[in-house]
Amino acid sequence: MSDVWVVVAVVGVVTVLFKAAGPVFLGRRPLPGRVQSVVELLAPVMLTALVVTQTLGGDGEITVDARVPGVAAAGVAILRGAPIVAAMVVAATVTAFLRVLV
Amino acid sequence: MRPDAGSASRVRDGVRAAIPLAPGPFVFGLSFGVLAESAGMGAAAAVVMSATTFAGSAQFAAASVLDAGGTVAAAIAAAVFLNARYVAISITVASIFPGGRFRRLAESQLIVDESWALSGRSGRFEWPILVGAGLLLYVLWVGSTALGTAVGGVLDDPDALGLDAAFAALFLALAVPYLRRRRALEAAALAAVITVVLTPVAPAGVPIVAAAAACLLGLRR
Repeated sequence: MSDVWVVVAVVGVVTVLFKAAGPVFLGRRPLPGRVQSVVELLAPVMLTALVVTQTLGGDGEITVDARVPGVAAAGVAILRGAPIVAAMVVAATVTAFLRVLV
Repeated sequence: MRPDAGSASRVRDGVRAAIPLAPGPFVFGLSFGVLAESAGMGAAAAVVMSATTFAGSAQFAAASVLDAGGTVAAAIAAAVFLNARYVAISITVASIFPGGRFRRLAESQLIVDESWALSGRSGRFEWPILVGAGLLLYVLWVGSTALGTAVGGVLDDPDALGLDAAFAALFLALAVPYLRRRRALEAAALAAVITVVLTPVAPAGVPIVAAAAACLLGLRR
C-alpha cells in the first residue's frame, strides 16, 4: 500500500471512531474536565500552525513572500465578517497579483 | 401515516436548512481536490478520503503536510489531532441518535462542524436536522472533491494563481471563531511560535504536529 493510501486509511478509521465516540461508545458521559479543556484547544492550535506553515513555510525555512500580504488582506476581510470563500479569493488575488508584478 | 413519515419530512427540513451553507463546502471540496492533486495524492485517494473522513480541515492538513514533503506519520498525526474535537462534539449529540449500534455508527458519520451547529440552533440538538444537513453536505463534499481533482489535474502551477495563500486564508478563517476566547488565543500564539522556531530545523510536517503541544495550556486551572 502506498504512503498516501496509508494516510487515507488510518485517518479515515480514526475519524469514524471519533465521530461515533458519543453516539456509539461513550454515550452522554462528558469527558473529564481537564481532558475537555485540552481537546477544545486542539482545533485552534492546529489551525494556527497550518496558517503559519502555509503562509511562511518554504523548503525547510521561513520565507516572507507574496503570500504574506495576501493572507493579511484575507485576515482583515475575515475580521470584517467576510465569508470564508471571499477571504480565500482575496488572498489568492492579492498574492497572484504581486507575483505578476515582482 | 407511517411512523417515519414525520421524521422524513423533518430530515428534508435539515437538507433545506443546509442549502444556504452549500457554496462553502462546495468550494472547500473543490480546493481540497486541487490541493490533493498538487500534493500528488491522486484523484482516487482524494475522493475516498472525502467519502470516509468527511472532515475538511483534517483532510487539508494531511494533504498540506504531504504536499510539503512531510512523512506519513506527520500527515496522520496532524489530521488526527485536528479531528479529536469530534470526540467532544459527538458526546454533545450522543443521545439524539435512535436505533441500534450500526445505525448509530453510520449516522454519526454525518456529524461535521456545520451539521452539528445547524442541528443545535433551536437550543436543543435535533436528529433530523443533523442528518438532513449532513447528507446534503456529504454529497456536496464528495462531488466537489472529484471535480477539484479534475481541475487540479489541468492546472500547471496552482501557486501562480495564489492558491497557496488561499489555503492559508482558509485555515485562518476556520481558526478565527475559536480565537475569540482568551485561552484559545494564548494557546494559538504559542503554537505559532513553536511552528516558526521548528520550521528551519525539523523535517516538513513535524512543526505542525509539535505545535499540538500548545493545547496542554488547557491543563492550567
